[in-house]
Amino acid sequence: MIIAIPLLAAFLTPLIGRISGKARNTFVITSLAFVGFLVIILARDIFLNGLHVYTLGATEPIPAGYMVPIRIMLEVDSLSIFMGIITATISLIAVIYSFSFMKGETGHNRFYTLLLLLVAGMFGMEFTGDMFNLFVFLEIASISGAALVAFRIRFADSPEGGFKYIVISAISALMVLFAIGLFYAQYNLLNIGALAQAMQYTMLDKMALAILIAAFAIKLGTVPMHMWLPDTYSVAPASITAMLLVASQASMYALFRICFTLYGVTLNLATVGWIVIVLGLLSMFIGVTMAIRQTDLKRLIAYNCVCESGFILLGLGVGLAVLGNPGALATYGTMAISGGIFHMINHALFEGLLFLVAGAIFYRIGTRNLNEMGGLGHLMKFTSILFLLGALASSGIPPFNGFASKILIYESVYQFNPILAIIGILVSILTLAVFMKAFFSAFTGPVLPKYKAVREVPKSMMIGMATLAVIIVLFGLFPGLVREWLTDPAANALINQGAYIEGIMGVVP
Amino acid sequence: MTGNIPFNIPFVAVAALISIAMYIIISQRNLIKIVMGISILAAGINLFLITLGYREGGVAPIYTHAPQGIMVLPVPQALTLTSIVIAVATLALMLSLVISIYRHTGSIDSEESRKMKG
Repeated sequence: MIIAIPLLAAFLTPLIGRISGKARNTFVITSLAFVGFLVIILARDIFLNGLHVYTLGATEPIPAGYMVPIRIMLEVDSLSIFMGIITATISLIAVIYSFSFMKGETGHNRFYTLLLLLVAGMFGMEFTGDMFNLFVFLEIASISGAALVAFRIRFADSPEGGFKYIVISAISALMVLFAIGLFYAQYNLLNIGALAQAMQYTMLDKMALAILIAAFAIKLGTVPMHMWLPDTYSVAPASITAMLLVASQASMYALFRICFTLYGVTLNLATVGWIVIVLGLLSMFIGVTMAIRQTDLKRLIAYNCVCESGFILLGLGVGLAVLGNPGALATYGTMAISGGIFHMINHALFEGLLFLVAGAIFYRIGTRNLNEMGGLGHLMKFTSILFLLGALASSGIPPFNGFASKILIYESVYQFNPILAIIGILVSILTLAVFMKAFFSAFTGPVLPKYKAVREVPKSMMIGMATLAVIIVLFGLFPGLVREWLTDPAANALINQGAYIEGIMGVVP
Repeated sequence: MTGNIPFNIPFVAVAALISIAMYIIISQRNLIKIVMGISILAAGINLFLITLGYREGGVAPIYTHAPQGIMVLPVPQALTLTSIVIAVATLALMLSLVISIYRHTGSIDSEESRKMKG
């Protein structure tokens, strides 16, 4: 249902758009709000009753007479639904924001159609219980994503960013398909749960794992393959950048689903865990150092994104490295995973906010270059406060949500290896420096004469940004509640491989 | 498949196609050639999937009026069909983006058009 509604709505949108623009806007937002509502109901149910399995076209997961599941199915556990909540929130906010932001553009019908397709693709990736479906939804999300990046085709750099995105996505998706082929060759299975049960960890499995990690690492822009990310993020419309952020998090989800659920304890944990940790560290460090020398505001934030996803990888990598060791897992492994997952939602929230603010500035003054800005704080008070809020949250300053998740990561990582935690704190401080530079050059100082006429942004953009800001502050004030209700169940779901397999295969006789 | 050399030829072809494609994507500067590289990569992987499902002497997996004997596996063929459809969509979008890059910059050389390095 959750996937079907955006998909259907996507194809209905152009039809309704023919009647009137207003009807279309209402339609888009109603369908997304309805989806969000469904996600929350499902989430409540999952936290109370455990994971859900949907089989498309039948009622039983395994038809009579077969030993293996042959139907396509969706499997939703607390981690999937957690990602679903992120997707629903950010997409709703992005749509509200787009109403004003895209006013100057043409082709609204197509814009919202693509946007809904992107939402459907992301939900599909998060909820699927089948490797091949994962590939299909990954492609849906990347094609619509690339089209959206290149949407403002009158700028010279938009199609280039879009082209980079589609090339990268196509390569990584084909790599995923190749790995799926390797699995199928060995086990004749495509279902994640069934595959996890059959997993032998042979040489071919190791190859498949390497290919999958490389593919998803490309897609989420960790450091050796991060070149596309700033180019793409900086040219996309701001609301779309926030959506792309969630799309790369969906890839991150897929990566962890594969590492934890598909391979689980059969994996050579320490090695793979360290690979993930090293990827994370490189991303953190190079991301933040590259961010310092940027003069383009959105590029700066994009490099910061690279850095923040490094933190998430660090947390989950530590968790992965100690997965086979119950004692270490209980003392700090779970906490590291929980911190990483918590940072995921925080990442989506504050980077989303920062991108939306950068978009608001671009909307008013038409440049992303920090050197040409100045004194905007006097003209756009509300926007500048929001920027400051996002920047502080991102660098982990106490009252905001970034602090809550980063402290979890530091504490647990420190017990694993103190040096990692120290690097983490150093990177955080550098992040603060980056944003202070951006803030001072954009918002403070005297009002530049050419921006005298700049006003505050329109209402719908303001609503979008303010909602994000409120969520950020709430998460920062009540981290305990968030952990209890959202991230700890998600972390446990990730660790508990058996439950996921059982959901598909039934209790093994 | 041990010792059965003709059966391995498709796998050799797959390896060749994939390595050619990767080489093209990494080394070429012409955007159209990069697009072609990706298309070759897709072809290689589709061939890989089809080869996986092949059983020697098998017949097409259609149940009505099927002759006796082994069938080739139907699932990889379904996967390949889906992946071909997806590859077409990707290809169309990539080519249209190349056209619009060409309109803006007058060139399809990636070194010239990439203004946004670093």
